Order: sequence, then structure tokens, then C-alpha cells
Amino acid sequence: MPLDQQTALSLYRQMLTIRAFEETMVQIYMEGKTPVFDIGSGPVPGEMHLAAGQEPVAVGVCAHLRPTDTVTGPHRAHHFAIAKGVDLKKMTAEIFGKETGLGKGKGGHMHLFDPDVGFSCSGIIGAGMPSAVGAALAAKMKHRDDVAVAFFGEGAANQGAFHESLNLAATWKLPVVFVCEDNSYAISVPKTAATAIPSNADRAQAYGIPGVAVHENDVAAVYEVAEEAVARARRGEGPSLLEIHTDRYLGHFQGDPEVYRDPQEVTRLKEHDPIKRMRDQLMAQGWLTSEQDAEMHKAAQATVDEAVAFARESPYPAPEEALEDVFVTVG
Amino acid sequence: MAVPASTRQLTSARAISEGIASEMKRDPDVFIMGEDIGVYGGIFGATQDLLKEFGPERVRDTPISETAFIGAAIGAAAAGMRPIVELMFVDFFGVCMDQIYNHLAKNTYMSGGHVRLPVTLITAYGAGYNDAAQHSQSLYSLFAHVPGLKVVVPSTPYDAKGLIIQAIRDDNPVVYFMHKGIMGLGWMTMLDASAGPVPEEAYTIPFGVADVKREGTDVTIVTVGMMVHRSLAAAKKLADEGISAEVVDLRTLAPLDREAIVNSVRKTHRLLVVDEDYRSYGMTGEVIATVAESALDYLDAPARRLAEPDVPIPYSRPLEQYVLPNAEKIAAAARELVHG
Repeated sequence: MPLDQQTALSLYRQMLTIRAFEETMVQIYMEGKTPVFDIGSGPVPGEMHLAAGQEPVAVGVCAHLRPTDTVTGPHRAHHFAIAKGVDLKKMTAEIFGKETGLGKGKGGHMHLFDPDVGFSCSGIIGAGMPSAVGAALAAKMKHRDDVAVAFFGEGAANQGAFHESLNLAATWKLPVVFVCEDNSYAISVPKTAATAIPSNADRAQAYGIPGVAVHENDVAAVYEVAEEAVARARRGEGPSLLEIHTDRYLGHFQGDPEVYRDPQEVTRLKEHDPIKRMRDQLMAQGWLTSEQDAEMHKAAQATVDEAVAFARESPYPAPEEALEDVFVTVG
Repeated sequence: MAVPASTRQLTSARAISEGIASEMKRDPDVFIMGEDIGVYGGIFGATQDLLKEFGPERVRDTPISETAFIGAAIGAAAAGMRPIVELMFVDFFGVCMDQIYNHLAKNTYMSGGHVRLPVTLITAYGAGYNDAAQHSQSLYSLFAHVPGLKVVVPSTPYDAKGLIIQAIRDDNPVVYFMHKGIMGLGWMTMLDASAGPVPEEAYTIPFGVADVKREGTDVTIVTVGMMVHRSLAAAKKLADEGISAEVVDLRTLAPLDREAIVNSVRKTHRLLVVDEDYRSYGMTGEVIATVAESALDYLDAPARRLAEPDVPIPYSRPLEQYVLPNAEKIAAAARELVHG
């Protein structure tokens, strides 16, 4: 179904929020890390994998999901979390390592868990796929029409977990949508050097399930393809594999020297920026004026700033809190 | 352990499958999956007759994809189910350990306690039947080393049933170890203790509570699993010689009943730790460290341990028997401890 105005604006708004969040994080991450870069210093320490440029895959797929559906994401997962409706304040506080964070500061940016909206992610490549299969199994066994979506990079498609999970989901006809987010690089190794065939979507054939590739970093195209895959899963017809091409504007992690790509590459990629592209489309349709656009940008930034302020003002956990939560209380 | 003598006898395998069945009846969210757990009834018999009673929706044979189905247990648990999942041999953990130690064990913690993972992972361990280095290991210490997993190693059919029910009802991940030699399998030498009295009704045994399987006053033998039986056989021999050995069955390695260990040592003043697992960095070291920290002054002799001597489990009968503790070796070690 083509996008209506309300949906289109909602997708656009979410992409703006994600972009604002990631660009804000670029700045905050560097606090305390100049003039000498020390990964463990500043208000946001540790590795930081950002997804600026990759908004369409998250927003276009999650638009079809409900809070009771499950999403599992990889190490680079802010965009998926935001699109799935994870509480932005708690998520930001978690990234800051604060008591008010999703995991009370025990997880950090690669390990965000929000059971209220069925979201989790993992720092281990490919590891979210089996878990999504299990969530789908639970939905099936409980006779609910919930679905599970596993997001992972094109590098993860070479993990055993990918093949095991596709086979298991297909064999048991489970409501899973596997979404391969192809940003061309597994850290530094290009897909062409790591994957024997050009398109991961073709691997769906090996498991007898639909495999569809979207070659443009375009939210409307993702939305359309995901609509059918999610609906198919909800109808009980089994899993699908989507391959969505997208562009990573930043390094694998912040501080990545990016010696593996031409410094001009990102400039070229940004010429096809998905947010600009959508803004142009919205304006061409007469669904958005430049004043409204400026307002939406401002609102997105305000949402992010509010979350950051919440995180900054939140207290750190008491050190001895480190000893809690290994197990839940038996009940 | 107070079990009426008139209680019917079951093998450990039957006791486990009965415990699983009673929980599946009690709670529709409990289901089981793994390789050959359906019509076959589990390679070691832990799931026998479950398929007949509960059908293929709740008793699921899986492809040989341990990463996928153990990971699926995590996802299903997070979504409200209470999965039991079988890893056929613990030796196979190598193909799926990421799901176990990086996810099953850590998601609760990393979520600040917001994610609940009531997963029971059952797995077979143990040597003594010439299955060689990749099908004979114990390895439970390795799992007990990782925070976030409870580790259960029953030795008798009675304990096996009570502990499996406790495991399934626990809201946390439990790894439940079944020694192949005490399952009561028709296709390997049957240990008498493979069958024992098991009440028909459901009952639980709390984790972290060791069981003194034999009381004694001269030496404490701390052990677990199959080695409980080897130690009891040794204690019998020792009794004939006038040495009174106490056999403490840990039953769970995580949590560990440190108090029971210390209390027994305070009574006997001598400690022998017996383990079928590798010697270094394992259960024996943990038990001795516990005593060193809390009851060193009570020891009349240095603590001793008898364990697999840090070599892979060999195939050939004389080689395998050489590396495994048995009643003779345990009795000899205890004798030396007592007589100096």
C-alpha cells in the first residue's frame, strides 16, 4: 500500500529523531576524550556504534509492528530501539551508565533491553536471530498473532546462527521476519570480500522462504516490502528474509580511522541521504512545507535533548549495585 | 533424605521424565525441545513418553542446531514461556556456548533484572564407557564459573526428580547435569544406584542445600554426581577398616552449600574432595578454597583432592580407568588422610 500522508510524516519524524540522536551522540561521545582519545573516559565511555544513514531499515520495518511484537537487534541498535518505541530517556540514561537506565547501568549501549515493548539487542554478531525465533515460537504456542523481527548486518549472514535460525524458523513455520541490514561493511571487510554471492536475499531459497532485496536506502521502499513480510508472518504463513541496502555514514565505532574506505565515499553516499530524499518527496506531494520541516527538525532535537538532559541529571548507581540482579527473585 | 522404604523404584531417567511430565501438566507454558527428545525419548531417556502424553507441539524434536534452539529457548522464555531444552552431551556446548554464557547467563543482569529467563537446560555428562574425549567430559565447573547460571548435578533418582522440578519452577536459567552412568540405561553397565525410591507426587529440593549421603566422624568426602556413589562404596570399605567417612553430596554447584562443607570439616577435621571433572580450576579447588577461607584451623591434615588429572578423557579401557576416580582410589586417599 502506498504511504498516506499521516504515515509518511510519522516515518519522517522517526527518522529525524534517530538522526538527531545519533548526531548528538557523536558530540557527547567525544566529551572528555580530547585532546587524547581514551575510550574509557567521558560521560559516555566504551564502544559506540552509531547508525546515522541507516534510518530507513529501522523505521520502515518497525512501522508495521505492535508493542507486543518482538525485535532483536545487533550491537548497532539505537535506530531499531527508537523505531520500536523504546523509552528514549531510559535508553539514553543506560548509555550514560545511570541508575535510571533500562538496565540500571549494567548493560550499556550494546545491551539495551526494554521488555515493555519487546526489544533487546546483543553485542555478539548474529546472536539475536535465535532469540527472535524463540519469541516467534512463544507467540505461536500461545496462539497469538504477534511476530518477531531479527535485525542483523550483512556480516552476520555469514554466521552459523543465521543459517540455523532460518532453517528452524522455516521448518517450524514461525512468524519471524529476518532483516539483513546491508551497509556494505563488516567493520572494515567489504561484503564483496566476505560473502560468496551478491545478494543475501537469495539465501532464502535454501530454506524455502521468500527473500526480497531492497536496493535503495529509501524508507518508502522498505515500508512496502516489510508490510508484506510482517503480514505474512502474522497470517501464520512463516518467515521471510529481507535484505535492505543502506549506508553507514560514520565509522564502525566512533574513533574508527576508516582506513578501509575512500574519504570521499561518505560524501557521495550523503548525496542520496534518505532523510533529504523523503523531505523532497513530502514537499513534492504537498504534504510538508519548509516551515513545518524546520519545526519537525526542532521537535526531534528537543526530544533528544530532553532525553540527554534526563540522562545527565540522573544519578549513577551505587557501586555495590553491581552485585544485584544476577538472578531474579524466585517467584 | 527420608524416603519411605516402601516407595516404588525408578531409574534416574524415569524420575527426570516424570518430574518434567508433572510440570508440563501443571503449567501449560512448560515445553521441551532438543535433539531426539520426541519419539526416541531422549538419547539418555530423560524425555521418555513425553511425546505420547503431550504431543509434538510441546515436545519438539529439533534440527542439529544447538545455537538456534538454545537461543530460541531464551527468546521463548523472554516472551513468557518456560522452556526445557536438551543439549545431548555437555561436550557439545562448544557449538552453542555463546547463547549460553553470553545471553542466557547475562541478559537478566544486563537488563537490570527486567528480563526473566526461566530456562532449564538439561545435558548429559560423564565417562566410564569408552566414549573418548569428546563424549565423556563433566565440565559442570565451567558452567558454574559463569555468573548467572544455576548448576545442578543430582546423584540419585530421588534427588533427580526433586531437583528437576525445582529447576523448572525457578525463574532463572538452570543447567541440569545428568550422569549417563546413573540414568539406568539398558545399554551400559547398570549401577545399582541408578534405580531408587521415588515418590509419585511432585516435590522439590531447594538449590544450595547439600545432602549428607552418609554420616561419619573421621574424614569428610565432598563430591557430586556419579562420584557420590564411588565415594559411598569407598566409605563402606573404610568402615570395615574402622574409618568413619562422611560423604557430602553437593547436589548443586551454583549455588554452593559452603556451610555444609565447613560444618562437616569442623566435625571430621579431614577433607577429601572427589570429582570426575578436570582437576585444575574446578570444583575441587573451590571446595578446598572454601575450607581454607573458613575452617583452615580445623584441618588436622592438608586437604586432598582426587579428580581427572588434567588430560582429555582417553578411549582405551585401561587408560580411561586410570584417569577416573573409583572406590579403591578414594578409599586409599582417605586412608592416607586418616593414618597420615
